[in-house]
Amino acid sequence: MTTNIKRRVLLKGSVAAGTLGLVASAGLLTPRTVIAAWNEAAFKAESVDDALNAAMGEASSAASDSIKIKAPDIAENGAVVPVSVSTDMQGVESIALLAEGNNSPLVATFSLGEGAQPNVSTRIKMGKTSDVIAVVKSGGKLHSARKSIKVTIGGCGG
Amino acid sequence: MAKSIKIRARLKGDVTTVKCLITHPMETGLRKDSKTGELIPAHFINEVAAEHGGNTVMSANWGVGVSKNPYFSFTFKGGAKGDEVKISWQDNKGNSDSRAEQIK
Repeated sequence: MTTNIKRRVLLKGSVAAGTLGLVASAGLLTPRTVIAAWNEAAFKAESVDDALNAAMGEASSAASDSIKIKAPDIAENGAVVPVSVSTDMQGVESIALLAEGNNSPLVATFSLGEGAQPNVSTRIKMGKTSDVIAVVKSGGKLHSARKSIKVTIGGCGG
Repeated sequence: MAKSIKIRARLKGDVTTVKCLITHPMETGLRKDSKTGELIPAHFINEVAAEHGGNTVMSANWGVGVSKNPYFSFTFKGGAKGDEVKISWQDNKGNSDSRAEQIK
């Protein structure tokens, strides 16, 4: 009899938690061997510090000269700003790219696998003139570099 | 969707440079439809992975800040001519695609 009651409780509970369970199982049970789950909190964060906290585990980073950001000084079209990040640091685990002036500053994170070199480029959107920040995680520590880009036409909708 | 990815993988010395173009609208969810005035829902790639020889050499998480029809490139060591590089993506609506290309 006790088992029966317990079963009832469990059933009731699972109905109540139904939606939550669905969300959780969608994330946990789907076979995702290749890539880590998308970090929603980090990409929705509205400040650079929050985004870094969520994406990289901490917000403080040491400025480093060995990170090079290649990007135009003036971007005519904020919707397409080519940005390259490279560094000669050893043991780089991941690279994050942020545009400080955007509604949600975190643009992209790249995690490097075996053999990958700390060297990525992509094209990003920028809402207004601001700094682009590259954060490199190497040996458990964060290093960063920034470059100011002047945007003539914003590229974040509106 | 099968042709949404273009890949160029070139070997120079011992470093392989992979360049990749993906066709995707990358909607931020902040833009308004000019006719109806309604917000266009966000639709963007959030996960990208590149594989070589069964290893993930590069994986990326993207937000809405990546430009429309995203381009990205990276370099890695350990590739050889004729090896396949496979790139796959997934967006926030659950669409996905992948493509493999030989290193030249």
